[in-house]
Amino acid sequence: MDDAWRRLRRDRLTLFGAAVIVIVVAAAALAPWITPYDPYEQFFDGLTLEGAPLPPNERFWLGTDLLGRDLYSRLVYGARTSLIIGVVANAVAVFIGTLLGVIAGYAGGWVGVAIMRFTDMMMAFPALLLAIALAAILKPSLWIVAMVIALVNWVQTARVIYTQTRALREREYIEAARALGAAWPRIVTVHILPHLVPHILVWGTLGIAVTVLLEATLSFLGIGVQPPTPSWGGIIFESQSYFLTAPWLVVFPGISILLMALAFNLVGDGLRDALDPTQRGRD
Amino acid sequence: MLRFLAGRLAQAVLILLGISIITFGLTFLIPADPVRMIAGRSASPETVESIRQQLGLDQPLPVQYARYLGNLVQGDLGRSYVQKAEVTELIASRLPATLQLMLAAILFELLIGLPAGFFSATRRNRPSDKIVMLVSFAGVSAPQFVVGLLLIYLFAHKLGLFPLGGYGTLWHVVLPALTLGITIAGWYSRMSRSSMIEVLRQDYIRTARAKGMSEWRVVLVHGARNAILPIVAMIGIDIGLYMQGVVVVEAVFGWPGIGQLAWQAIQRLDIPIIMGVTLVAATGIVIGNLLADLATSLIDPRVRHR
Repeated sequence: MDDAWRRLRRDRLTLFGAAVIVIVVAAAALAPWITPYDPYEQFFDGLTLEGAPLPPNERFWLGTDLLGRDLYSRLVYGARTSLIIGVVANAVAVFIGTLLGVIAGYAGGWVGVAIMRFTDMMMAFPALLLAIALAAILKPSLWIVAMVIALVNWVQTARVIYTQTRALREREYIEAARALGAAWPRIVTVHILPHLVPHILVWGTLGIAVTVLLEATLSFLGIGVQPPTPSWGGIIFESQSYFLTAPWLVVFPGISILLMALAFNLVGDGLRDALDPTQRGRD
Repeated sequence: MLRFLAGRLAQAVLILLGISIITFGLTFLIPADPVRMIAGRSASPETVESIRQQLGLDQPLPVQYARYLGNLVQGDLGRSYVQKAEVTELIASRLPATLQLMLAAILFELLIGLPAGFFSATRRNRPSDKIVMLVSFAGVSAPQFVVGLLLIYLFAHKLGLFPLGGYGTLWHVVLPALTLGITIAGWYSRMSRSSMIEVLRQDYIRTARAKGMSEWRVVLVHGARNAILPIVAMIGIDIGLYMQGVVVVEAVFGWPGIGQLAWQAIQRLDIPIIMGVTLVAATGIVIGNLLADLATSLIDPRVRHR
């Protein structure tokens, strides 16, 4: 583990990703103190005389949106939405995936086959379509969107954990534990789960990138988090029809989404390299 | 080989069967009553009842599902609640546009991803390699709708090189396909990089170098030919990725494909269309996976015996 930590620190891309994550988390946590305005307040002088949004200026650093609200303040509060959904949805997805993967891998037999066939089926299911359909049917709110995303995103984790558990189960020390009379709950929690932690960490991180993008996409399609709650995808959705004259309303939230997804991708990839040195030599 | 193929085919059919059960289940999730949607608000109770019987919605669930499946096998995906048309026909009329977009996207994605990956592989661990990999990650981290909107802003609005959206000529397909290409190419540059690194390690590459062959010929002639095969197989596996992208990009560009069809249907809770598109997309994904399996097993016979 020490070794992994050292490798991780040497990787500059990973460090960059980690820095971005720290900044975004800090911004989300400190939002009320680092934003000049209330994200919901519609400013009379936030629109031109014709009622168009303002480009970036001294008073509104990143400009204003169609209702004359401060874009910078909305972006910072939007980070909260993105982070909450990203972390919660992905935690649930990784939990479901780990649970199913361990059960299928350790129990084997028809239970394992049934679970993995179901996983295969979900792999072939167009996840975005399912998410869109569910979100449209269920009248989206922050938590519904998070659950919808969790429901379509556990599949990858389940597959990886299944393969790992299968391999672990065949190892001698597990056999020894079994021979010593250890019951399966003990074997799974004491002897198998700790070895899965690196994989759970990697997928727990990479998955957040996927989740952040999916949330943004659902919000852009108008079935994510509902206005007036600020969300990066939602800001773009609201200003879509106006973006040719007010491109900053797409550019700034777009960059925010990209940076956030990129950061989690970089850190996840760095973790994978650091925790699995055999992979390192290969690429 | 035949046994392997038969096994995979059986698996594919089972997967599709499972998916048909899920899409069938979607019908019961929606709060709206499909009969009411067809009959309209002012219909008399008798009309409602007769439509319900006509659709077989008064039958027990297994019977309804069997009926649905029976129709599916005959290529009948049901009738749209809102559009008063056969879903099969609606999808058939939209499918060519989607396929055109996907093909163009795959082309762009390969044109960007392969050279980037091969370049990176030959510059392994040097700064230029790191930069290409960072850009690749940025590409796959970019939301597709943002890339699409920015391309429209830059190339259609500012420079006026391409139409703002819509469908018709080859010019129309460039920006939507490029959007998908840019956001997916990153996976392929990473893949082709590691694939090329693997190939460049082989003995025959050393032989070619020892013969005095120039480095770029080694990479392009011997390397690329062998590194490309796993990448081609990966396209089959990634059909799902393209399908997802198509839904978003069609919404951004007003591209009249099945993604847009599904998107409009979802807003009106027109469940038969959603079910139909989902099934067609799933079938595409399953076929893609099947072809990928087939390709991999032709390339590497060991796969068959696993």
